[in-house]
Formats: sequence, C-alpha cells, structure tokens
Amino acid sequence: MNQAATREAPATRAALTALAILLLVALLLLPLVVVFTEALQHGLDGVFETFADPDALASIRLTLLVAAVSVPLNAVCGVAAAWCIGRFRFPGRGMLVTLIELPLTVSPVISGLVWVLLFGANGWFGPALSHAGIQVVFAVPGLILATTFVTFPFVARILIPLMEQQGVAEEEAALTLGATGWQTFWHVTLPNIRWGLLYGVLLCNARAMGEFGAVSVVSGHIRGQTMTMPLQIEALFNDYDWVSAFTIAGLLSLLALLTLAVKAVLEWRLGERAGPLL
Amino acid sequence: MTVELRGLRKSFGGVAALDDVSLTIERGEFLALLGPSGSGKTTLLRVLAGLEFLDTGDVVIDGRSMQSVPARERGVGFVFQHYALFRHMTIARNVAFGLEVMPRGRRPSADDIRRRVQSLLELMQIGELGSRYPDQVSGGQRQRVALARALAIEPGLLLLDEPFGALDARVRKSLRIWLRELHDRMKLTSVFVTHDQAEALEMADRIAVMRAGRIEQVAAPDRVYGEPASAFVHEFLGESVRFQCRITDGQAHVVGLPGVAFSTPCPSGPAIALIRPHEIGLRPGVGPARVVSRHTTGALYRIRITLGDLAFEVLSPEAVWTPYEGQTCGLDLSRARAYPIDGQPAKSG
Repeated sequence: MNQAATREAPATRAALTALAILLLVALLLLPLVVVFTEALQHGLDGVFETFADPDALASIRLTLLVAAVSVPLNAVCGVAAAWCIGRFRFPGRGMLVTLIELPLTVSPVISGLVWVLLFGANGWFGPALSHAGIQVVFAVPGLILATTFVTFPFVARILIPLMEQQGVAEEEAALTLGATGWQTFWHVTLPNIRWGLLYGVLLCNARAMGEFGAVSVVSGHIRGQTMTMPLQIEALFNDYDWVSAFTIAGLLSLLALLTLAVKAVLEWRLGERAGPLL
Repeated sequence: MTVELRGLRKSFGGVAALDDVSLTIERGEFLALLGPSGSGKTTLLRVLAGLEFLDTGDVVIDGRSMQSVPARERGVGFVFQHYALFRHMTIARNVAFGLEVMPRGRRPSADDIRRRVQSLLELMQIGELGSRYPDQVSGGQRQRVALARALAIEPGLLLLDEPFGALDARVRKSLRIWLRELHDRMKLTSVFVTHDQAEALEMADRIAVMRAGRIEQVAAPDRVYGEPASAFVHEFLGESVRFQCRITDGQAHVVGLPGVAFSTPCPSGPAIALIRPHEIGLRPGVGPARVVSRHTTGALYRIRITLGDLAFEVLSPEAVWTPYEGQTCGLDLSRARAYPIDGQPAKSG
C-alpha cells in the first residue's frame, strides 16, 4: 500500500507543514507587506506625489508601450512557432525547440548585451543605423527588442505540448469540409488553444513588465525617456526616495497579484479541458 | 462517382506505404480496404481525401484528375478514426461547419443551414443532441455526429477510417447494419478502412485486401473468402490451417501425409497448403490424425487434432460423423488450396 510512505508521525507532519508555511510567509508574504507599508509610510499623499512626478508617469507609459508591442509580437510568433513544431516533423525541429528556450537559459544581461553589440554605436549595424538616423540602443526600440527576446519562450513553450497533444485531426477534418487555411485557423485551431494562449500571454506580459536585466543594459537610463518601471524603481531607490520607489514597486506587485489571480483561473480552465480528447 | 486509382506510389522515409496501387471504385459501391496495420490502407484513404500527396500516380474522380485539387475542393466526406469532432463547438455547429465555411455565393441561408443540420441529425437518430458538446455524448453518438458532419456537404465520395474501431462490440454490430443501410438509402459511394475481416465481409460490396502497400486481391466478399488469391489473403480472412506440400503435375502432396493429395493450378515445386477448419474432413478408420479433445460450440464441434508435431482445430457439423477423444482417424484435405512458397498469388485456372 502506498499509505506506508505517508505514515509519518503526526508531530513530524505538523512540523513540516509549519516549516513550509513559515518559509512562505518569510520569503513571499513579508516582502509584499514591506513593499506596501514602505509605500504608504507617509500616507496616501506620498503615493499621489509619486504619481504626480512626470518621470514616474513616463516610466509607467513606457512599460505599457514596451509590453503592448512585445507581448502581441510574441503571441503571434509563439503561435506560429508552436504550430510549426507541434504539427510538422522536419529536420532541425529539435534545434528549433532548443533555440526557443534559449532566452530562458541565457542570463538577461547577455540578452541585453547582444543588442548593444549588434546595434550599439560600435556594433555591427550601429554605424549604418545611426547614419540613417535610427537609434536602437539607449532608445525605445532597444527596450522593445530586449524585452521581446527575453519573453519569447513563454507563449511557444505552453502551446507546443498543447498542440502536439491535440494533433492535426480536427484541422484535417476542417479541410475536408471545405474550410480554407484561414478559416481552419480561426474556427478550429485558435479556439482549441485559446486558454493556453491566454495563459502564455499572461506570463509573457508579467515578465515583459517586470524585466530588469536585459532592459537595464540597453536602456541608457535616461530619466523620463528610457526608464521602464523596474529601472525607475532602482533609480529612485538609489536616490533614497523610498516612498516613490516602493509606490511604483507596489504598483508592479499589484500587477503580479492580478496576474496570479488570472493565472489561477486559467489553470483551472485548462485543467478542466485537459481531460481525454474526445 | 467513379474513382480511378492509377499506379499510386507513396513512401515515408524510404518505406513504401503505397506501392503501385491501381483500382477502380464504381458509383454506388461500398468498398472495404482490409489489411493489417501498416499495410497502407489509411494512407490510401488519405490520398483519396487529398490529405496526403502522392509520389507518383493519379487519382481520377469522374474523369477529372485530382492531382492539383486540394482537400477542401474535393467534396469528399471523411470520417476520422477518432471522429475529430470540433470539441469547442456544439454538435449542431459541428454538422453545420461544412456549410458555414462555403464561399458566400454558394452558402445556404442561416435558416437553410439550421434546417439541413436538424434533418441530418434526425437521419442519424440523434436529433435531440444538437446543443450538446462532443464530450457530452457517447462514442456511438459521436460516430453519428462525425458521419452527419461529413454528409452535410453532400459528398460524392464518403471515406471512413476504421469507423467502428473505437466502439465496443455491441454498439459496433448494430452500427454496421445501420451504416450499410444508410449507404444504400443515400446512394453513396463509400470506401472504408478496417482491419477486422468480419466487418469487411459483412458490410462491403467488394473487399480490397492490402499488404505492405499493395493490393493483394480485390473481389466480392465470398470470393475473397472462398478463393483467396494468396496465402496472405487466405490467412488474413479467417482461420487457416497450414501444411507443407510439394506439387507435381497439378497434384499437391502434403508433406508427411502419404496418400493425402489434392489437385491445384499451382506450379510444380514446394508450396504451402491452406485450408479452413470447417473444410477439413475427418474420415472413420485408421489414420494419422489423433483427436485430443472435442467440444460442442452449438451447431459445430470444435475438435483438436494432433498430426505428428502439428496441432490444429477442425470445425465439424454435428450431423456428420465425428471421432471421439483419443480416437485416430483419416483426413480429407481435398478442399485445401496450394500457394507457392514465395508468396506470389496463384493463377487460378
């Protein structure tokens, strides 16, 4: 019987549970509480003051802009990549899967440096681009590129196993019934992966808004221009502007909590649909 | 519609899935593609639907080459092995799909579609299930939904891949008869894939027996069963007992059984003889066969025989003479068929 494996003394069980809860509180809950108490140490006035600062507002706008470009881009590319990998067997397929996961294994700093090396003033394409009047590094395009690169795996990684598991039969059925490729994608493929896609987009978005390392390298830290929220938090923190730093941090934390809640709902939906396929 | 298959070849990674397949499917015919797994029957079905591309050869439907006609323009109904119903759509929307994706000019009105879907569901005897989802109905009902969906586009040719494979034995039996009646009533031309010889024998007008990408024999069920063109077909279509034999001057002499011989069109040389258990005759008197056991199975006796180091079963009607356990008796193998050892089909005389 497998009960033997769980036949611990009640005291041991209680101790282990307590330890887990303690760790959870110390490592997750406590920092969260700190963020909000620090933000609110001078009451709501401090919070309002922070949001009156044009640089803070600029950082929020920039973060939203970066996410608004990189997340849809990754959603589209992720679906395309997952479709190719999940549906077809071709030479280099395994290689492609590895490449997609690359951003997860590479340090974010390197993910940022790559763009500096490519598009920086002394990079491969930098001189040509600056000659044409296009600035990539230390500007918004660089932030978007770095964020897109770092967050690329999230959508694809969730969709690949899902699409492999679902197989091609429904799409083939749609084709034999006279549907065009687009109709098949829109009416059959997309609805089947919608929860997985939403889940991937959510994770992608959370990372896009919270990314620090890669973005820090390509940003150039020009206040009011190339500072995303995480960078702004660091800058404010270094200026000993605790209230403002923690207020923006609080905003990011709220976003994380919201993400967590939506994620829980999506996981429940995904789980519900993960039963035997037809 | 009439479907001609001309020299179809298709290989996957060097392995031939279809190896020079030629066949004509007549209008109104119910053709079974029968063979073990890996024999190419599903590939052939997918080629017909346009879901698989040929290396060489051509599919001609009503005189028109299908070479450059994509799956969605072939107007071929396909019932997938596991039905492949659209899991996020209701059953009514599944059935309506083929009509709803038609280009605007040909698409029936929404009312029309609703009416046609309902009448199809009623034809399939699942008229009340339209608002359910595929995972809310039974396997047999899903099969009917898949069929209704394929028939909604009024296909000239209906293809069914192991249509009963995922169903339990009881449902399978009743669906067989129902599907065959539906085919006749709707004047369909149908091709279905199966590895179950009983299913093929019971339902089909003709059976194409496939092996390793080739068609070994195409004929009506009783001919495929009664006059198998090769040892493979013989053994695939029903219980077979195998003997070694040697052929000289049109007479097959069974090895190890002096005096037991039968006439055959098979060329001279070593060969194998195949016979079905009910075709073996047991004769009273001293002989080489020893009865190990005898059981009744209703109308027939099932008699286990040993013959030297061979052991096999004989099916014998209750009415004729049958030996008891432990008795020895003579064997009549005159209804056996001989096939050359290299597996080439025998030329029937």
